[in-house]
Amino acid sequence: MSGTQFIFLVTAGVTLAAAVMTVSARKMMHAALWLVLALTGVAVLFALLRSSFFAVVQVLVYIGAIAILIIFSVMLTRRVVQEQRPRVNRLWWVAALLALMLFTGLVATLASWNGLYPTGQAVAGHPEDIGALGLALVDPAGFVIPFEVASLLLLAALVGAVFIALERKGGMQ
Amino acid sequence: MIPLSWYLIFAALLFCVGLYGVLARRNAIGIMMGVELMLNAVNINLLAFWSYLYADRLNGLVFVAIVFVAAAAEAAVGLALIISAYRRRNTVIAEELTMLKG
Repeated sequence: MSGTQFIFLVTAGVTLAAAVMTVSARKMMHAALWLVLALTGVAVLFALLRSSFFAVVQVLVYIGAIAILIIFSVMLTRRVVQEQRPRVNRLWWVAALLALMLFTGLVATLASWNGLYPTGQAVAGHPEDIGALGLALVDPAGFVIPFEVASLLLLAALVGAVFIALERKGGMQ
Repeated sequence: MIPLSWYLIFAALLFCVGLYGVLARRNAIGIMMGVELMLNAVNINLLAFWSYLYADRLNGLVFVAIVFVAAAAEAAVGLALIISAYRRRNTVIAEELTMLKG
């Protein structure tokens, strides 16, 4: 087993354990902190996939912004949430069964797919080219329309989030 | 060299754990955390396919960037909705949020 394989296995194990704790922790604050650990593991995997840019973006966007947002929401809503009550609903076994069935289906699909072991030269190739990515995002012949739509989506989401969460003085029902 | 299948199986596992969280959690913020796990699993898959099969093209990277944007928008709007619902009903338990029930 090579060094990168060892790093992958350790990271994958830690990430999966953290993910399981995220969906099963009794206290939401603990779940949020486990989620941060899982997101960090995913960032390490991005770096292993030779995409250092998205590893940094993962740290900035997920661990820096979304995790903080989730932790703030947990703190703003924890007062009434009694933590002695069951943390999963009555049909949790159906959910577990569905997840297990989906995993079995995915693995079966993978096993029957013959492209699983690529032989091309791209495997040992270069890291991602950030300059080319940046140019392609604003290139009219490239991805400028998805890029602009994504910016519009972010703007709309920002305005919508402010509008939804705004406290109205008049006590609107 | 790590085989591509390791990444794919890991991403499938992470996605299923997130799916279980989305379906089984009662707390709305817990459901959001499950969604974040699922989005991360999707991103691992996209980057793995880019890195192993299409490293000479940019499509995979652009796709991952768009998924990041969608995840950020989803988290902002979702958590704003949860805060707003909590302010009106004093609960974040999903089955008690029945305002839209006819």
